Amino acid sequence: MSTTTINTQKVNFNVFRFNADEDYLPYYENYSMDVTSEEVVLDILNRIKWDHDGSFSYRRSCRHGICGTCAIKVNGRVTLACKESMTDMIEIFGNELTIEPLSKKRAIKDMIIDKADFWEKHEAVTPYLDTEIDENPTAENLVTPAQANALDEADLCIQCGACHYACPVVEISDAFMGPAAFAAAYRFEADVRDGNDSRLTDVNQMGSGVWDCVKCFECAEACPKEINPIEKIGKLHNMLFQSGQANSNVATRHAVGFEKSIKRNGVLDEGGLVLYSELAGIVKHVPVALKMFSKGKIVPPWGIIKSDNLDEIQKLVKSSSTAKF
Amino acid sequence: MGKLKYALFTGCTAKQSTPEQMMSTMAVAEKLDIELVELTEASCCGASHLQDYDDFLSLVLNARNIAYAEKHGLTMVTICNTCQLNTAMTKHRLDNNADLKARVNEKLEEVGLVYAGTSKITHFLYAIIDDFGLDKIKKMVVTPLSQFNIAPFYGCHNIRPSELQNETHDTPENSYNPTSLDDLIIACGGNTVDYEQKNKCCGFHAELQAPKVAATLTGNAIAGAMDGNADWMVTPCPLCHLKLDTQTHHASVAVGREVSLPVLHMQQMIGLALGCPPETLGMKHHVTKVDFV
Repeated sequence: MSTTTINTQKVNFNVFRFNADEDYLPYYENYSMDVTSEEVVLDILNRIKWDHDGSFSYRRSCRHGICGTCAIKVNGRVTLACKESMTDMIEIFGNELTIEPLSKKRAIKDMIIDKADFWEKHEAVTPYLDTEIDENPTAENLVTPAQANALDEADLCIQCGACHYACPVVEISDAFMGPAAFAAAYRFEADVRDGNDSRLTDVNQMGSGVWDCVKCFECAEACPKEINPIEKIGKLHNMLFQSGQANSNVATRHAVGFEKSIKRNGVLDEGGLVLYSELAGIVKHVPVALKMFSKGKIVPPWGIIKSDNLDEIQKLVKSSSTAKF
Repeated sequence: MGKLKYALFTGCTAKQSTPEQMMSTMAVAEKLDIELVELTEASCCGASHLQDYDDFLSLVLNARNIAYAEKHGLTMVTICNTCQLNTAMTKHRLDNNADLKARVNEKLEEVGLVYAGTSKITHFLYAIIDDFGLDKIKKMVVTPLSQFNIAPFYGCHNIRPSELQNETHDTPENSYNPTSLDDLIIACGGNTVDYEQKNKCCGFHAELQAPKVAATLTGNAIAGAMDGNADWMVTPCPLCHLKLDTQTHHASVAVGREVSLPVLHMQQMIGLALGCPPETLGMKHHVTKVDFV
């Protein structure tokens, strides 16, 4: 019979405390505990409540990583408390850990936040199969494995909010729908059974649209179900171009401008790209551009060193292009 | 250890808006006796925007760039985080999807090239750490940066998605607590500044479509470094550099306070510590004045 040694370590927890009914500002309470290697973050939340302060508040339910209620932040890292091992947390961050809610500015009580913005944005993308149902079908409604794979695991989302509150754009801009809402939109757009023909247009037009993603990959890193929301945002971009719904705006021209520049030079013409993307809006870049020019940071179109074997690149752009604008 | 030799994918920025990065890369490579064979045939990587328009074309073009590194039989070294991400992502997707690889190779065949998947792709930062060694750097330092508090700014596309990034280098990096750039600062004799934004986004990729969001992220980053008592910042990414160095006015307006710090490319920092003459490091090309050299 093998024996398992459970290592115990002393860990200091700095825990965010706030009660919106009583406190003007949040504060941090310190708890020092012996932590065993088999514990998960949720065990620590439980022990704070059971052993230290019964008023400590947090959400939890299934303890199996499926209900999505217990997401919080440990040292800034979004984590599903019931899934995240304490051993991993100590390995990454050491023995001083800060426990905070998903969004400090939305805190109601300790770890509990007002998730209304998340749910409003989620609801806005029509996150369900929208289709005419034949009540007297004569055959099975078959979905092939390839069609099912097209969802690319977007259907695994548990609406925990980890990606949403890890997104720096959501933090700054209320108009941005966020990675979770976009992943949900993709999940149903990619479903062969779905018949909603306005969702893609809606998503493109609501709030600040689909183009404000900063491409930081925080959402991909945060998702406990490894759904990779940023990849789904990219797929929505592709869908908009493919369906001819990508209106000409600074973001779409910015994406298309790369192809134009590559076709002409192989490399990018940085100034040309900004001009093509902004059109008349280029004016607002003039002050910074002048400063950059004075420091030798702007190469005029005739000074650009084109890629060697440019004919190859041009041939490939011609033969491999799959999109039109 | 024999002489280190890599295929250098410069990316577009080093040849245009950050000439100082190209200069300092070559100066440092010479100092470290690393041979860099420039891939002059390479195209733009698409900078994570081309793929939004045409994903397949982006794959084909990046595979072509890698094919040239393979022709030399060399590891490809990148000096831009976004080039690193797009190239490594292409390699990852092609190496894990035989059908996609075949479709891409069908196109490359038209120009007499083939993508085999034989070249590693790594950022210069990790090439230095994994292959050259920070201990050796430490021994070569002639001007320790000990009087400076230096704020590392990692840049998203070198650390996320971590699963992909950790395929490309040997030294494991955790995106929530990265250490590579801190270790490099320490090897150069400097003092590292720990601050919340060091592994956060600079906003570069949304600068045109969401200027306020982008400027706020830039402002938060510089403000974080300033509040951490940094004398200057250092980054391995020329796109982060552009944001932090040239956009301080918009950043200050966005965050409601004056933010500005000199920002060095990683190569410039190494160059200073190893005694490269400052004029070979291109400090005069900075918009925010580098006032301590």
